[in-house]
Amino acid sequence: MARKRGRGLSAVNYPTGMNLGGDPSQALVHATTTGTFVVTLSSVDLGQGLKTVMTQICAETIGVPPDMVLIDTADTDTGPHCMGTFASRGTHRIGNAIVMAANEARAVLMEVAADELEVNATDLEADGKGAIHVKGAPTKSISVIETALAAHFKHGKTISGRGMFMAERSFPEPETGKMRPATCYAHACTIAEVEVDTETGEVEVLSLKSAYEVGRALNPKMVEQQIIGGAWMGISHALYETTEPYYPDRAHGPVDFNEYLMPGPGDLPEFGGVILERPASDGPYGAKGVGEMTANSPIPAIANAIFDAVGVRVDSLPITPEKVLRGILANEGALEPAE
Amino acid sequence: MEHIRKIFADERSDDHNAVGVSIERSDGLGHVTGKTQFYADRHYPGMLTLKMVRSPHHHAKILNVDTSAAEKMPGVVRVLTHADVPSNIYTILRLIQVEPNDEPVLAVDKVRFKGEAVVAVLAESEAIARDAVDAVRIDYEELPPVFDVEEALKPGAPLVNEYHGNNYFTYEGHHCRRVRYGDVEKGFAAADHVVEERYSSAPIEHAPVETTGCIVVPEANGRLTCYSNTQALFFTLDNAGLILNTPFQRLRLIGGTVGGGFGGKVDVITEPVAFLAADLTKRPVKFSYSREEEMQVSSPRAAERIYIKDGVMNDGRIVARQIRLYVDAGAYSRHSPYGTTKAAAHMPGPYTIPNVQVDAHCVYANRTPSSAMRGFGVTIGDFALEVQMDKIARLIGMDPMALRMLNAYRDGDAKAHGETTKGAALVEVMQEAAKLADWPLDGKYLSESSGKGG
Repeated sequence: MARKRGRGLSAVNYPTGMNLGGDPSQALVHATTTGTFVVTLSSVDLGQGLKTVMTQICAETIGVPPDMVLIDTADTDTGPHCMGTFASRGTHRIGNAIVMAANEARAVLMEVAADELEVNATDLEADGKGAIHVKGAPTKSISVIETALAAHFKHGKTISGRGMFMAERSFPEPETGKMRPATCYAHACTIAEVEVDTETGEVEVLSLKSAYEVGRALNPKMVEQQIIGGAWMGISHALYETTEPYYPDRAHGPVDFNEYLMPGPGDLPEFGGVILERPASDGPYGAKGVGEMTANSPIPAIANAIFDAVGVRVDSLPITPEKVLRGILANEGALEPAE
Repeated sequence: MEHIRKIFADERSDDHNAVGVSIERSDGLGHVTGKTQFYADRHYPGMLTLKMVRSPHHHAKILNVDTSAAEKMPGVVRVLTHADVPSNIYTILRLIQVEPNDEPVLAVDKVRFKGEAVVAVLAESEAIARDAVDAVRIDYEELPPVFDVEEALKPGAPLVNEYHGNNYFTYEGHHCRRVRYGDVEKGFAAADHVVEERYSSAPIEHAPVETTGCIVVPEANGRLTCYSNTQALFFTLDNAGLILNTPFQRLRLIGGTVGGGFGGKVDVITEPVAFLAADLTKRPVKFSYSREEEMQVSSPRAAERIYIKDGVMNDGRIVARQIRLYVDAGAYSRHSPYGTTKAAAHMPGPYTIPNVQVDAHCVYANRTPSSAMRGFGVTIGDFALEVQMDKIARLIGMDPMALRMLNAYRDGDAKAHGETTKGAALVEVMQEAAKLADWPLDGKYLSESSGKGG
């Protein structure tokens, strides 16, 4: 009996959004009296950092620091429609809606600043730090706060904008399946190294080394957070989880976390990752959806690594120690192979 | 993690201020210090607990429902059956014209999976609600169930869902979502090898820390405010308005703080009945899934079964790929008809193959309805495709990464669903992963690219 090592590979892509329904989301942006930009949405932050990324997109588009942007979301009385947070759509769809709304608000901001400075709006730029100045002449400037106050109390203008994303809805052609199912695609390649205990069939994932192409990492640390969290979920799908251990038999379904097993922090492997950016022509600053994909590539990479280690193919998820051990024994002629 | 900026540098400008910067996540401190308020942190005087009486059978006729004993229990305020639900039969995606309505909020004349909701009880406390659930008497006549997706499609299999008339979702007259591209039979005839394999998965739970749930509060002005952890506020509001048959503007959803979603909170499952209960009792109502309900009653990731038949040349080119795929929808559609189309569209994976045929079936069985989950329609397909690629590489004695390089889609390539590839980067992620992990990739592949002519 021994512990045997093996490596396996997978390469995948992942579609952004759900074009089959048109996939709309809307955003409203307005400035308060003192130049805080409020982005009003009905989108849900699942804890992945949606509000933070939307703050960054609005700040970038208007040309103010992120701390001058507030996200007001998830109330159907106030927020315009959002299809929902799923299908790796949030960053791309809602982000596009915010870019559109923020550009409209930015145009008003620049008009008011131009009136105050007595120049043409096209000659102005925002410095990203809270001021607006004449291009090439940083001293001829006005702060965003002063501009917003002037809009409210002097010019009678609303610094605001409306934005939405909607893809042309795709109806699949019934005979051929011709369709446009998504907009852009993210990419990943994972190389897994595992160690298999030939006595117990247990698999330890030693390392996951991956490259991800995400269009644009709008917030690089949060992309890494998705990658690590997703890889953890992928390991769990590959080796541990199911609500029905004897599927399609419904018996022995787990009802709590004593019975429904998942890898804990001590079961995590070494992670290695690199991030590439090939901006999507239709994405906000080139961003694609990356959330879901990060769980996918580890699963087949681990399955292929197990074969490399002990010569056992388990083609049904999850790859439990029982299935691996039955495969090892079958290879030795000691047992009929499992499914 | 390293960001490699030299690749695709000519397609990108990096002169931004606020994007491309790792500013701190807005909810991070609240989460790790326990200060974040979730829906369940709300408390209202007189709030009732809603609990469901659930089917103990996989498939059964409902002969009689007797709620009289439960209704007489002290602390039980109201008991709801299907007769109390104004428009009881729905399907979530009807808002984007997916038909037919196929699922009851509360079961009517039969139950189609073990755990299906039949009666809702509303009580002053959770303990009383649990006792009242036990006091509801339902007489059933068991029907033969079908659990397996391929068994369900055989002639004579028990009919799971009468609203469909068959044990499959009908795609514009077809029993499956079809993709037809080139001629797979011609491809197989020309191939040096034909590799035919079967892959499968069992259902998986989203396992959120916070289970699915909501609180609905009747307001003095007659409106109803729902605090929910849904992933999609307007899916919920619009469906709830239709189910209650009430003006949409009476309903308000407040959410946006979720203790783990992963697709498990895209269904519209706790809110409509909680809205109804609050409207009928004029009391705040809380409906939270227990951990057991979350694991065995709420939608899991669909189990899938995927047959792949590939025609392969000795040099590694894949010339035909035929896929027969079954998505186990369980008893009701929820999001599975869409997920099955997404699964079909994903084939044949990120590879350029001249002949592709896909039959993707959305199958009904007497099982907990499955629905959306992270990687919806793709995760299990990727498992099957990428293990298949490994098997092909071993069969013809080729490095598995070189095999993928040879077949990888590149800009301008036609896809099986008819779109033209743009923005591809599969070649580049493989090159960088190979460098990161010292994978022995033949040097000739390191100079290739996804761009036109690459």
